[in-house]
Amino acid sequence: MTDASPGIYAAAWRRLGRNRAAVAALVALAVLVVVSMAGPVVSSFSIDHVDWSLSPLASPPGLANGHWLGTDGNGRDLFVRVCAGTQVSLLVALLATAVSLLIGVAWGATAGYLGGRVDGWMMRVVDVLYALPYMFFVIILTVVFGRSLLLIFLAIGAVGWLTMARIVRGQSLALRQQAFVDAAITLGLPARRIIARHIVPNVIGTVVVYATLTVPQVILFESFLSFLGLGVQEPLTSLGRLVAEGALEMEAAPWQLLAPSAALALILLCLNFVGDGLRDALDPRQR
Amino acid sequence: MAEAVLLSLDGLRVSFDTEQGPVQAVRGVSLEVRPGECLAVVGESGSGKSQLFLACLGLLAANGRAEGSARLQGEQLIGAGERGLAVLRGARVGLVSQDPMNALTPHLRVGEQLMEFVLDRGRMKRPEARIRALQLMESVGIRDPETRFDQYPHELSGGQRQRVAIAMALMPGPALLIADEPTTALDVTVQAQVLDVLRRLREQGLTIVLITHDLGVVAGIADRVAVMYAGAVVEVAATGQLFSMPRHPYTAALLEAIPRLDTKPGDRLVHIEGQPPRPHERLQGCPFAPRCALAQGRCRESEPGLDWSGGRASACHAPLPGGWAA
Amino acid sequence: MSAPLLEIRGLRVEYAGGGFLRSRRDAVHALRGVDIELREGRSLGVVGESGCGKSTLARVVLGLVAPTAGEVRWDGWTVDPSDRGRMRKMRRELQVVFQDPFGSLDPRMTAGASVAEALEALEGVTDTATGRSRVAAAFDAVGLDHGLAPRYPHELSGGQCQRVAIARATVVRPRLLICDEAVSALDVSVQAQIVNLLADLSRQQGIGLLFISHNLAVVRHLCDEVAVLYLGRVVERAPRDALFAAPRHPYTRALLAAVPETDPRVASRRAAVELAEEGSALSRPSAGCSFAPRCPHAVDACFSQPPGLEPSGQGSAVACHRWRELVSVA
Repeated sequence: MTDASPGIYAAAWRRLGRNRAAVAALVALAVLVVVSMAGPVVSSFSIDHVDWSLSPLASPPGLANGHWLGTDGNGRDLFVRVCAGTQVSLLVALLATAVSLLIGVAWGATAGYLGGRVDGWMMRVVDVLYALPYMFFVIILTVVFGRSLLLIFLAIGAVGWLTMARIVRGQSLALRQQAFVDAAITLGLPARRIIARHIVPNVIGTVVVYATLTVPQVILFESFLSFLGLGVQEPLTSLGRLVAEGALEMEAAPWQLLAPSAALALILLCLNFVGDGLRDALDPRQR
Repeated sequence: MAEAVLLSLDGLRVSFDTEQGPVQAVRGVSLEVRPGECLAVVGESGSGKSQLFLACLGLLAANGRAEGSARLQGEQLIGAGERGLAVLRGARVGLVSQDPMNALTPHLRVGEQLMEFVLDRGRMKRPEARIRALQLMESVGIRDPETRFDQYPHELSGGQRQRVAIAMALMPGPALLIADEPTTALDVTVQAQVLDVLRRLREQGLTIVLITHDLGVVAGIADRVAVMYAGAVVEVAATGQLFSMPRHPYTAALLEAIPRLDTKPGDRLVHIEGQPPRPHERLQGCPFAPRCALAQGRCRESEPGLDWSGGRASACHAPLPGGWAA
Repeated sequence: MSAPLLEIRGLRVEYAGGGFLRSRRDAVHALRGVDIELREGRSLGVVGESGCGKSTLARVVLGLVAPTAGEVRWDGWTVDPSDRGRMRKMRRELQVVFQDPFGSLDPRMTAGASVAEALEALEGVTDTATGRSRVAAAFDAVGLDHGLAPRYPHELSGGQCQRVAIARATVVRPRLLICDEAVSALDVSVQAQIVNLLADLSRQQGIGLLFISHNLAVVRHLCDEVAVLYLGRVVERAPRDALFAAPRHPYTRALLAAVPETDPRVASRRAAVELAEEGSALSRPSAGCSFAPRCPHAVDACFSQPPGLEPSGQGSAVACHRWRELVSVA
């Protein structure tokens, strides 16, 4: 074919590239990820190594003793713990978002496409789940199944999909009215195929944007769980746990709170910028 | 003192900043609109006909730029600040667009919307505004205006909404009405009625600029016609002259493309091959040359300017002699 | 004579007002008893304005909307959506082109992919050399350059998109093509191209056309027969020449009068046929003729008794109490 033209995503990518805030945020996030992975490798401390040489155990940041961000109440190096915590938080967030994406998109696209009674029932399920006292169930589940990482991100994903489903359902309803969906029906395509081939690709834009805005929510939620003592178990740590622990020592050892909070805030801020940038880039009106 | 010219455009250019670089939508248009006349501006999508007048009113999209001169009753519009233009819009120039549903706010009653503009500027008190609104509704042919006054836009049919949109544009008593594809979204019978409304308004002295892609609707209402192609005016003439003796091959081809009731049924329509140049295409020579049956070498090298003679103009190196035979 | 390819009898479509608190009065009567017949290879124009039900008619035939009453027969078989096998066969033979050129193509699929999808869905031909060459042939048949195949709809013009839609509909060689206002959203000059294209395809490939439009002038160039719809009923049906030479129903005359006159000398003196304000499909079916409230020739009988569709000679039919008297009125 002689006339190759840039695809829709290529054009969107370029538009994103022009959004300076989004690009800066992406770079910052990338740096953060690299540091969080390289940190524990580079540092001479491990996440649960107690540095008995310090007195008191909880010591402020100091270049001399190699504890760049200080230590926590148990003498463990905070820098390494923050790195590990960042890894865990991001991992949980990504996995949980992926789960909620999969379920939410499938549910919402199907409900919106089928419409009528099916849509009504499917969305009532969503409404009911929304109304349930969610924390209650998470606590029960945690007590019953123990505090595993798997459980946590399943639990978070299980809630996150609800809003995704609603959003996707709204988009699908609108798409359903478009002539190209009618055209697909007149081709005799089964509903399953139409949803997968025509509905979902056209909601991807919204989904991607919403997903980047979900990740911060998930991290916060996980932090909340950790704050309550229900999050990841020792020796693993997450930013939420670190914040929780740091908050207890806020007056005596402020660095224990500042470091993980700063990391958390940075992640959230960057993700929001990227999300905004993606939404502008994928906006069909700007084509 | 009556002005000789109501709206005067001189070398007007409109361009848009896009990802692929600046795009010329209007490439130097000079036109006059005389008081009391109906000037039709005809062209296909992408010819720049709408952008031309949106530029005059300062209604271009954020990435649009206008250069050149556009004078309304002597006052320069291009480059005038938003405040100045906002006063002008509505007060001296009314605008009616293609889709009446876009002109009307769904959650406000029709009467409220009609009165909104004049009440806003403190020009009239409510009772006066109401009377004027009812009068205008009647003059645009809405039956039973009192009832319609209190209804919402969705309770009106497409044709009625467009009439309301025209009435709205006329509330402040503008000297000029710009109608941008006012009948395109309407059914044929309703189209005829709306054109009738415009015709009556013209008879009462309103100056109208009618923008359309359909030469067919122009015949019964316009005094003069300006044909645009690829951002430039290619022909201007009195309606009768344009239809009977078009000079520019594009005009002739457009005339032939109109489906008519007096040709042999089942006949092929005469269509123009190809399509107009896309906005980002670089143009060499006459933009119509690639599609013109009569194009010569000269046509591909240099773009013809608009030649005026005897009150009409055409932009063609080899304009058609009087009388175009199919 | 063989059975008609498409037969519609007594078709009624009502969209229920329904809902918890709304009464049944709010039902929308889109079609109120329509009979249509179309033979193989012929083209029928269905003409009417907003609310007449012409689009609903197309949607019923295509299986997008279920009728409230009446039946649709395709090649003698009563269309039954649960019969998958025959539905599949029917879909291969009956295709559609919609009004909105951009809206009828998936914005995330290239032009070539849209056409290829039709080939795959209807004939099972996947992306092989045969498939690709048939897509290329379809592009040729509609006058599209192969170089446009990798383009997305937003990169094409309205006319080009509509050609892609036509290519998609004709790549499987249907027997009937439904054009639902297929040229109404196009500029006049592009409209002419597409009308000619449809005429050519119809002639060369023997494809019948069910051409739905509100523009009688366009229909005149394409169709052998014309049916005029008003508020869900057929009010006149005739072979093309007969309809245009001697329209019988007052609504048909109003439609004809509304076609813009292109001779300025005539146009400036002609006023539109004065019709009262448009009716609405929302209204309850009135006791008499549905056109009576707007008809310049209505008499008392018109308001009390609905006229049936009666034959009026030369293969025509008209639904008007006074059609014989009105023949003499110019």
